[in-house]
Amino acid sequence: MSLAGLQGRVTLGDRVLVEALDLRLYRGWTCLLGASGAGKSTLLRLLAGLPTAAQLEGTRHAPARIGWMAQSDLLQPRLSVLGNLRLMARLRGESLPPARAKALLAEVGLAGRGAAYPADLSGGERQRLALARTLAEDAPLVALDEPFSALDVPTRAMMHDLAHARLAGRAVVMVTHDPQEALRLGDRILLLRAGRLEELPVLTGPHPVDLGDPALARAAAALVGQMRGAVA
Amino acid sequence: MRRVWPVLLPLIAWQALTSLGLVAPFILPAPLAVVRTLWSEVALIAPHALVSLSEVLAGLVLGLALGVSLALAMALSDFLSKLCGPLLSASQALPVFVLAPILTLWLGYGAGPKVAMVVLLVVFPVASGLYDGLCATPEPVRDLARITKAHPLRALWWLRLPHALPQLGAGLRIAVTYAPTGAVIGEWVGASKGLGYLMLMANARMRTELMFAALLAIVAMTLVLNLATSRILRRFGM
Repeated sequence: MSLAGLQGRVTLGDRVLVEALDLRLYRGWTCLLGASGAGKSTLLRLLAGLPTAAQLEGTRHAPARIGWMAQSDLLQPRLSVLGNLRLMARLRGESLPPARAKALLAEVGLAGRGAAYPADLSGGERQRLALARTLAEDAPLVALDEPFSALDVPTRAMMHDLAHARLAGRAVVMVTHDPQEALRLGDRILLLRAGRLEELPVLTGPHPVDLGDPALARAAAALVGQMRGAVA
Repeated sequence: MRRVWPVLLPLIAWQALTSLGLVAPFILPAPLAVVRTLWSEVALIAPHALVSLSEVLAGLVLGLALGVSLALAMALSDFLSKLCGPLLSASQALPVFVLAPILTLWLGYGAGPKVAMVVLLVVFPVASGLYDGLCATPEPVRDLARITKAHPLRALWWLRLPHALPQLGAGLRIAVTYAPTGAVIGEWVGASKGLGYLMLMANARMRTELMFAALLAIVAMTLVLNLATSRILRRFGM
């Protein structure tokens, strides 16, 4: 039984975006790959129950509690690090116990920074706080909309390792346009092209795949070729 | 020094104009004479200034409360925003000053109509500024409220309001600039106290320099209010 899924077809006005969609999510990382404008973010938003211009003609099932990370860290500048960490609980009308908040900050390497403000944080620290905010939700399904695409390469690699470790045991679905990112993290890689979702081969062995692994470079190069074919 | 000249130069020209006897003092008193009068008549002017200031402050507080409440209510209710939005815009087509005699008719010659004038001048910039800000919450930020299925009040407090504070600040800055004008016009229509009343009284007695001194007091009050507001708003990052 899948944890979440979308079945049916997705239309945008009178254009069919995805035909015969059957997306099922299980525990582990599912990477949704595709060229810009292919509709991968639309699929993610539909799955998360967020409004989009597109329509799903079919069924959706998803857990009540979904974690969400967007491309922008969405940190609130007027709230402290701790305030940002508590934000989702506050929006839900719940509370985050102080001990757990402390533990979460430690988990992402921000121990002792609770009183700081987002403006005081570096780009990497901001994304780590955004990750901690997502972890605080303790959701079985976590949807990531290109959360690492704006980061520099070393920070991105660090975030891959951290996110992979901290989100273990959950169903994670990540939209990305970066083949290397998808190959490093994906237990499954789905390529959205020409209105269809294709399952692609993944790299075996422990994830995230080591950046120095020659298999990663080869697979990424092959995937770029495949995606280019998708555009043509 | 360079920043002082734009103020100083017209003052010097004004002083010269009157010192040379080109304009009669009962038409345009010399700036030095005005300052002298402000100093010598401080016992007369101060109580009137205090009356105007309290009208302005009362109107500001009430107008701010009313404007903020209106904006919050409109942000929370589609029905209210559709009802009040056009009404709020249309009310701007009506120069509030023409209401002064009516307000005096309804509320009498006390502080009531003056405070009401200030309230009317303050409500619109505050309400429309804050409401625009509340409606301009970035979509990705609103996603946080959607993904948590947040109650509208919680989303308002934690996400929409913090994003709207700069616009509320801008509205309040405009409101503070208009507020003293509202009180003075209210006093012109009918009053026995206040700087507007003092101006009319001085005018009737051909004491032009006293009229200008009262005017100077109004300008000073407006400037002080502006500065204080800016300072308070900056403290809150607005």
